[in-house]
Amino acid sequence: MKTIIAAIALVCSAASVTAAESAKVGQTIPKLSQLIPDASVPNTAGKVVLVDFWASWCGPCKASFPALNRLHDKYASKGLVIIGVGVDDEAAKYKAFAGKMGAKFPLVHDSAHKAAGFFNPPSMPSSYITDRKGVIRHVHTGFRGAKTEAEYVAEIEALLAAG
Amino acid sequence: MKSFLIISSAIVLTGLGACSPQLVRVKPYERSTLARPVMAESLDPLQKAMTEHAYFSREASFGGGGVGGGGCGCN
Repeated sequence: MKTIIAAIALVCSAASVTAAESAKVGQTIPKLSQLIPDASVPNTAGKVVLVDFWASWCGPCKASFPALNRLHDKYASKGLVIIGVGVDDEAAKYKAFAGKMGAKFPLVHDSAHKAAGFFNPPSMPSSYITDRKGVIRHVHTGFRGAKTEAEYVAEIEALLAAG
Repeated sequence: MKSFLIISSAIVLTGLGACSPQLVRVKPYERSTLARPVMAESLDPLQKAMTEHAYFSREASFGGGGVGGGGCGCN
């Protein structure tokens, strides 16, 4: 009896401290327009989508923008949609950063952190690449320059070729 | 007595477990305030480096700023 009580207590305490899980490979993402209703989200039906979470206060996020622009230039016509989700608390900082970065792909401001709450990115930046059916196929945490860009290219090309 | 202790510890554990979701957990995307320069450990990297250098020079035989040992074989 005592052992049972102790075990239940341990299980309860362990369960309660478990952190919310991040979006994982194999999971279908909802429409971003549902999570961020006041944002202008491009149509992603039948497209390979790269959802990138960034913030103005995040150094690696800044470094990732030129790479994402190159991906957009190369693959947008072939069926890739990149959506940059800014998670800044302050709209002014979001706008200033977005203006400075010169992103060629659409940016949306997740001011209420609803999209971030769903994806629960484990670090900044984090990006999720989905196939044409909206299923997450690859998750990237952080941005490591050319290494990450090469991984993006290989993964995106494979997903675009898969049809 | 023994059963009292076990039941008490079970109650305490459950209570602590129930409290944990109420704790503030800053998610990676909520760190804008923590990322401000004013929140850095040291506002002046040069001063920090000089202070650490002086401390290490003075305390090297005791291990300096590390936890290992100074190489004197005494720790």
